[in-house]
Amino acid sequence: MSLKTISGLAAAAVLGLASQAAMAADTIKVGVLHSLSGTMAISETTLKDTMLMLIDEQNKKGGILGKKLEAVVVDPASNWPLFAEKTRELISKNKVDVIFGCWTSVSRKSVLPVIEELNGLLFYPVQYEGEESSKNVFYTGAAPNQQAIPAVDYLMNEIGVKRWVLAGTDYVYPRTTNKILEAYLKAKGVADKDIMINYTPFGHSDWQSIVSDVKKFGSEGKKTAVVSTINGDANIPFYKELGNQGISSEDIPVIAFSVGEEELSGIDTAPLVGHLAAWNYFMSVESDENAAFIDAWHKYTKDDKRVSNDPMEAHYIGFNMWVKAVEKAGSTDTDKVADAIIGIKVPNLTGGTSTMLANHHITKPVLIGEIQDDGQFEVVWETDGLVAGDAWSDFLPDSKDLKADWVTLKCGNYNTKSKTCSGQNF
Amino acid sequence: MKNFITLMLVAIFSWLAVLPMTASANNVQFPTLLEGLKQKNFSKKAVVIDQLEITGDARVLKVFQHMIKGKLYYEKSELVRFVFVEKNESGFAITNVLNDEPLGSVGKREVKKVKVNNKLRGKLRLAIAKLSLNHPDVNLRRDAVRLMFKNIDAAAVQLLTARLTVEAKDKVRDTIEVGIALFDLESIDKQVKLKSIEILGDSLEPAARAALLPLVAKDDTNDYLLQDRDVLTAAIKAVARIDAKLKYNNWAETIYFGLSLGSVLLLAAIGLAITFGVMGVINMAHGELIMIGAYTTYVVQLLMPDHIEYSLLVAIPSAFLMAGLIGIAIERGVIRFLYGRPLETLLATFGISLILQQLVRTVFSPLNRSVETPQWMSGAFEINSALALTYSRFYIIIFSLLVFAALLMILKKTSLGLHVRAVSQNRAMARAMGIRSGWVDAMTFGLGSGIAGIAGVALSQLTNVGPNMGQAYIIDSFMVVVFGGVGNLWGTLVAAMSLGVINKVLEPWAGAVLAKIIVLIFIILFIQKKPRGLFPQRGRAAEH
Repeated sequence: MSLKTISGLAAAAVLGLASQAAMAADTIKVGVLHSLSGTMAISETTLKDTMLMLIDEQNKKGGILGKKLEAVVVDPASNWPLFAEKTRELISKNKVDVIFGCWTSVSRKSVLPVIEELNGLLFYPVQYEGEESSKNVFYTGAAPNQQAIPAVDYLMNEIGVKRWVLAGTDYVYPRTTNKILEAYLKAKGVADKDIMINYTPFGHSDWQSIVSDVKKFGSEGKKTAVVSTINGDANIPFYKELGNQGISSEDIPVIAFSVGEEELSGIDTAPLVGHLAAWNYFMSVESDENAAFIDAWHKYTKDDKRVSNDPMEAHYIGFNMWVKAVEKAGSTDTDKVADAIIGIKVPNLTGGTSTMLANHHITKPVLIGEIQDDGQFEVVWETDGLVAGDAWSDFLPDSKDLKADWVTLKCGNYNTKSKTCSGQNF
Repeated sequence: MKNFITLMLVAIFSWLAVLPMTASANNVQFPTLLEGLKQKNFSKKAVVIDQLEITGDARVLKVFQHMIKGKLYYEKSELVRFVFVEKNESGFAITNVLNDEPLGSVGKREVKKVKVNNKLRGKLRLAIAKLSLNHPDVNLRRDAVRLMFKNIDAAAVQLLTARLTVEAKDKVRDTIEVGIALFDLESIDKQVKLKSIEILGDSLEPAARAALLPLVAKDDTNDYLLQDRDVLTAAIKAVARIDAKLKYNNWAETIYFGLSLGSVLLLAAIGLAITFGVMGVINMAHGELIMIGAYTTYVVQLLMPDHIEYSLLVAIPSAFLMAGLIGIAIERGVIRFLYGRPLETLLATFGISLILQQLVRTVFSPLNRSVETPQWMSGAFEINSALALTYSRFYIIIFSLLVFAALLMILKKTSLGLHVRAVSQNRAMARAMGIRSGWVDAMTFGLGSGIAGIAGVALSQLTNVGPNMGQAYIIDSFMVVVFGGVGNLWGTLVAAMSLGVINKVLEPWAGAVLAKIIVLIFIILFIQKKPRGLFPQRGRAAEH
């Protein structure tokens, strides 16, 4: 057990005791399930801070239903089975009313059986591979049709890309996303020989031969782009190697789905300038909501250099939706809140209004940004309106007939052909 | 003479632009056109760039060069002058674009950047290339020619032909000829076409092969699309010539990649070859000592922000000392109580590795830290048009061999080395001869740890500097040491280099994930057959 876990537990215990003494059961408990140690701490710590800030702000406004909110923070330590145990602890022992958490898909998959068994509520804030809709989970990050597909459309229509390298880290999110993209590209008439798919292990750092292959693949005369689902840490050596082998963003642009402001804040951005990323939010977006959010964030962290990113916005939207739903339902009961939240509209940070849909996904705009030398993104393209999240991809043979609808069908995977609900929710 | 040619080129340009302009008109037009760059819309800015290019104004090149680097700004004050900026302590030092007059310093918020996107960058690079065909630097001149390959038209060919008449350097001449051949390939005159195919077939420029490929394209029934047999045979021969050369290039490249991966493995493993190989301590915190070396580099760069070029030279001894001292502390504080109990050592050092990781997380934050790459380590050294070796990898190969040689010298030629070998072979006898074995243990462990720190400096140039970076190397390091033969430095060298090359030979064929697995299985089988590794220690010393 790491030091931080111990101190975290101690702090939680002290907090728990203090609040119990003060106002007994008169608080609404919000579980925060993000890794504060281990490999994922790099991304998830920020989300824990975001949640604490949102809860703090809501309490200043008087809480919800006359009750104060109370955060219960646990540390699943980037250990996937521990995510399930901590979920059980949060719901059974700490009696939380809602959980905001998880980052990797594998951690969410590990939480799923527990959250369904105990009938809890989970808000999941990260872009993911789709192919899932649970009664107890609300997906506030992007589904593939809200990130990957529009990104490919942009490259195809605006940049005129004809050859595609799909490069990813070897795990479920890139594999599923690339499967969807491959099917999509072929449907658009791209030939087999114009698609190159490559997987690398987690934390891959020696990119010489792969970059050299990409360079050869791209020198056949057709415009080439790399669609990257490479995970966090492995990105920097990848971009460095691109720069070293003389591939610039004008020759072969790389569009990334996992590189955001937070990841860029720890590195020398020179080799990345001009490469692209697709998200639903950028810190550089100019809107009143965003300016207010960033100000609050800087004030809360007492650090005006801290950046904001897409999953933070997802938590912002998810939290506000949950608050509205609880107020509408007049209760924190899971079933009542889950019913009330469908159709709830809240402002997002890019100047629009996001809606919770019947399939537990939300509507979001899709933005393409170019990396600037200060680690920020310059928006170069955005969708006309908001895109509705699709739980089951239309481009995979196994899932194109499936539909998620928790209002009329009461099912997360309704097969429109056989007119049955398999009952298994994930 | 040179000025005259420049003038000629400018004249050609203005003439091509259909809008004949006089010099006086330029003086008026340049500032007016610049104003257009304040627009937000990128496609409108692109039009302005085209217009600026054809003015032929001498100031345009500098404007473009600064714009592409993100150093062209305009003031927010009433003057709204365009300025070039250089960062300084208080903000920016600014220079007037129109007359190169220094305007002093301003705060970051007083100026606004002229933003560029990829499309503009591509446009600017091409424009800069056309304007810098006469640059004194040979490599820049050639790069300029290469950039023009992408959309080569009659105007570009005219520029190239003009340059060819005065160009003295062969490598630029060859590149220009390829450029002209690329244009001639589309010619309707068959002789011209055949000659251009001949020229392109001799070139390793990727653009040359890419231009020839459509000529030899086949249809669905595997017949060639091209009807003209003469052109077809010439094109097939040319492509075959290029491919034959590329094959050798690919092999050379794979070997280089393998050696460079091997040198990284060597650096990571060689410290372990001392602590594990010579002392027999299973040190699971070895990766974290590498990490400490990398963070030392980061701190050194923080302390000398103005001398990044030299920072690595300072970082190497600092990282050695820092990691070495921590290593000695670990040895004196924990490991010396556990000699002869490998399992306990393994657990204790694993605990230390977690403590060190979390310590770094607390002190420096869990986010990766940014370590800058000095200018002399970025870029690539070009052997021919298709083969370029990256400098950073090249220096790391050299560096790893130097470290290896130095370590060998220490062990073979110094009294410390003699004592280390004596203690590792027979502790009791060494003590009887008056060697302070405890002191030797501490020094040996410190040496191994210090070298891990040095490895961290090198790795900070290749990969992320974060709390988890050590974990990525611990398995590989053990693999190399065990494969090479415990207690044998030469074995470590051979093992690291051969594993690197094997990995890189397999990678294009099997993919990165499978290549790693195959190598691992190979090592397991190898160890089954030869449990003591490639170069086992012989004699009585090996028995205990």
